[in-house]
Amino acid sequence: MKAPTITLEGSASYGAVPVFGPLKFEAPAGAWTCLLGSSGVGKSTLLRLLAGLDAGAIFDGTISSNDGAPLRARAALMLQSDMLLPWLSILRNVTLGARLRGEKADQVRATQLLNDVGLAGFAQRMPNTLSGGQRQRVALARTLMEDRPVMLLDEPFSALDAKNRAAMQELSARLFSGRTVVLVTHDPYEAARLGTSVVVMTKAGLQVLKSPATPVIRAYDSPDVMEFATKLLTLLHNESDAA
Amino acid sequence: MMRSFPKMILVGVAILILWQILVMLLALPVYILPGPIAVGLALWNNLALIADHALVTLIEILAGLVFGVSLGVAVAIIMAWSSSMRALFQPLLIFSQAIPIFALAPILTLWFGYGFGSKIVMTLLIIFFPVASAFFDGLMRTRSDWLELAQIMRAPPFRVMFFLRVPAAMPSLASGLNIAAVYAPIGAVIGEWVGASRGLGYLMLLANGRAKIDLMFAALIVLVVMTMLLRAAVHVISNKVLSRYIQT
Repeated sequence: MKAPTITLEGSASYGAVPVFGPLKFEAPAGAWTCLLGSSGVGKSTLLRLLAGLDAGAIFDGTISSNDGAPLRARAALMLQSDMLLPWLSILRNVTLGARLRGEKADQVRATQLLNDVGLAGFAQRMPNTLSGGQRQRVALARTLMEDRPVMLLDEPFSALDAKNRAAMQELSARLFSGRTVVLVTHDPYEAARLGTSVVVMTKAGLQVLKSPATPVIRAYDSPDVMEFATKLLTLLHNESDAA
Repeated sequence: MMRSFPKMILVGVAILILWQILVMLLALPVYILPGPIAVGLALWNNLALIADHALVTLIEILAGLVFGVSLGVAVAIIMAWSSSMRALFQPLLIFSQAIPIFALAPILTLWFGYGFGSKIVMTLLIIFFPVASAFFDGLMRTRSDWLELAQIMRAPPFRVMFFLRVPAAMPSLASGLNIAAVYAPIGAVIGEWVGASRGLGYLMLLANGRAKIDLMFAALIVLVVMTMLLRAAVHVISNKVLSRYIQT
């Protein structure tokens, strides 16, 4: 599993209404790229296009990876909603991919992944007996079970409380290491902790910021995270004033 | 359900008392409206006869339910499968509902005979539509993020249908089944009225013809109780099965 650098170049529109103008987005191989921006600027559209999902918009451009192989079968997706199926046990939710493809599920690996996300002993529980934070951990294990080199994340932690959010950020930073990750987020703080590359999306286009030099994941109380988050916040604030 | 049971009994007893008082006050002859006591006696004195006919009706209802639900489920899945199947089946479905099923009863008797066949087909025709339309509705409303997850996981459409859309539509199927449980006895009894030699519907016609109105009422009450029990059973079973399919 070699993580590719992925590039999206082009513009998207709903009929005559532009979603985002001509732009070039790049997510470097094996690193976290955080995509920030105010609501409605087209972040999720961009991510959905990368995932090969129906984004509701017409995309005019190209999506490519540096190794030339198609992206489609190599990306996994995590959303704000955990997408757990209520009628399946936690273990069966984690092995959903194999079940849906008619393959034999690797139970040992699934159990190991549940351990990794801190849910050992939860395998036979049903989703409705879990808290929101625990459910999102199951979603994380399910995403890892697919073992794809590209991780597309659309605000997967935004519905969690502060403590769970910090824990999930640390967990995913560890478990996604070596993969190309694109994280769409509203949270400057999250971008400051996780971003190797931080991209701010505005109506005017993309702005790639120089993120702190320290390696990810950065401590939430480190000065460079504080400073960078403030800088991002100011940037977003000014942008929404201008809009 | 369980908590409302004592209340239901209370209401039932109140209705019986009112009924008896009404019959006594108006001095209605037995061949117009027998009182509950007369009906109870008729029920008791004809227990074997009524049970025999009730069993026939019950078999017709259950067989009609099995076939009608199977057909409804199959048609719903076929229609949910592709838009071309929808285009083909939807007009047929609407057309089938435009035919008053009751008007078909004599034809069904002609085609399927005086025995079980015509009643089962009648029942099937009545319950097939509510099951098909409720289940189809559920199959078309699978959460879009679940479908996208399946798409990302590269699931073939066949497996998406049976491992995602069908289980996700179970609550809709249950509401279809609950309606079907109430409609099924109607089908069986209409079938028996048009032409039969056994069954509660037949017994009611027979009793009516011989002015044994108390027996007719006794058969009717057994039918009502059967329908209520059937509905309750479907309700309990679907709730039990469904508790895990309900979205959280």
